[in-house]
Amino acid sequence: MAPSRLSFSPDDRINAFLTTCPEPEYGTGSLEGVTVAIKDNISTKGIRTTAGSRILEGYIPPYDAHVVSLLIAEGAAIAGKTNMDEFGMGTTTENSGYGPTLNPLDTGRVPGGSSGGSAAAVASGMVRMALGSDTGGSIRCPAAFCGIVGLKPTYGRVSRYGLIAYANSLEQIGPMAMTVGETSRLMQVIAGHDPRDTTSIEKPYCHTPDNNIQGRRIGVPEEFFGAGVDPAVAASVWEAIEVLEKKGAEIVTCRMPSMEYALAAYYVTCTCEASSNLARFDGVRYGPPVDTKKSWHEAFQERRGISFGKEVRRRIMLGTFALSSGYYGKYYAKAQSARQQVKNDFMRLYKQVDVLAGPTMPTIAFRLGEKADPLSMYLSDILTVPANLAGVPAISIPCGTVEGMPVGLQIMGRPFEDEVVIDTAYAYEQAVV
Amino acid sequence: MVSERDVEHIAELADIGIIKDELDEFTVQFNKILDYFDILDAVEGNSGYEQELNNVLREDVARPSLSQEDALKNAGETEDGFFKAPRVM
Repeated sequence: MAPSRLSFSPDDRINAFLTTCPEPEYGTGSLEGVTVAIKDNISTKGIRTTAGSRILEGYIPPYDAHVVSLLIAEGAAIAGKTNMDEFGMGTTTENSGYGPTLNPLDTGRVPGGSSGGSAAAVASGMVRMALGSDTGGSIRCPAAFCGIVGLKPTYGRVSRYGLIAYANSLEQIGPMAMTVGETSRLMQVIAGHDPRDTTSIEKPYCHTPDNNIQGRRIGVPEEFFGAGVDPAVAASVWEAIEVLEKKGAEIVTCRMPSMEYALAAYYVTCTCEASSNLARFDGVRYGPPVDTKKSWHEAFQERRGISFGKEVRRRIMLGTFALSSGYYGKYYAKAQSARQQVKNDFMRLYKQVDVLAGPTMPTIAFRLGEKADPLSMYLSDILTVPANLAGVPAISIPCGTVEGMPVGLQIMGRPFEDEVVIDTAYAYEQAVV
Repeated sequence: MVSERDVEHIAELADIGIIKDELDEFTVQFNKILDYFDILDAVEGNSGYEQELNNVLREDVARPSLSQEDALKNAGETEDGFFKAPRVM
């Protein structure tokens, strides 16, 4: 029997897609005929995959990422590859080597990043669902800025096999969709053990969202509403937390002192990991070729100088510096101790509460070009990076608007309690629809 | 504080390719970012990060892998079934 095909030709004026598949095949299963967009750093056999970088221009993976095989096995139609900050390095999708994605709700604003193309493709209705990846908020930030749902699963719950790595110890692939139910459905397909990822754990996700949160204890750390959080965003999120209280949850205010170090710990860790991960992009095995007549360093530097964007080069250099002789103790070692403190804070709080809640992002979506200064862009990740440092699950769901733009409520849970995070988000969603 | 010379040296170590016109911008940005990283000086102790990892071992049995043809498909230049790279020496 010939495979079923559907036609996919979106009017993509917001540059959400880097590659579209005009007639994707689909099969039978729990996602039969559902259009799913894939972030461009997730390998798709036979479909161009660039990770948003010019250094992978024209690269066609010879194999599928584990999550893509799982989607195909459940009948999904792979609609295309979505735009992103180069290798996932950014909070706006402006760092793509192929031009920015625009926010479908206001094209003068960014969709967030780095999975901005995936969020914009879902929010604009071009696809039902999308996969993103989240290293320090790259699923949750664009979900918040585009008004959709995005889950960063517990580290180890979804295979990273076939994900073009940037910071292995922090990143997870995760589901994005308009509703909590759809997000949960996609999570059910992609979660589970894969022997090809040595950090993958045997914890399948078989769950139907339940909106009963009677007696659930929700911790709200003061630091999540600290300096830099727009008061209007904070008010929106508090309103959402009160909705959860009305549905039977108990709200517990608490403290998370390690928040002071979290952002620096995150940026030291991710730039160090990036500096070694990205050494593989040498123009020999894939991507635009090097001039093999030149000497190794000359050819390598020339290719990387031309084909890597500025943010990627900045992070590789920062990581190289932080790991260089004489600085390791000051930066990397201290960052790892700070990371442990963040994890200790989560585990201490999870003895008192079941989940933690706060804003996903300190503000609504930035205007295009607003975060030109790298440090000011980094600082906007303060509320999302703790979950990556500790490996805990975290979701962003829409909770009201400020100046007509969506605000995200973030809910974080205990490791491998992605189900509890989903249920808490579902309770909020059901209460407000 | 890092100087333009330091940045040039790091770029060389990282094989990143940098041109003179970019040095000033990168140096200013680095100093701002590194100043921010100084907050880590206040972190007490040297506990490191507990990864809670276990060794994952399997039997040493060959499994299907990429064919040579597939592995070379994305290469810029190949020769006799090998990747062709710039000279190292």
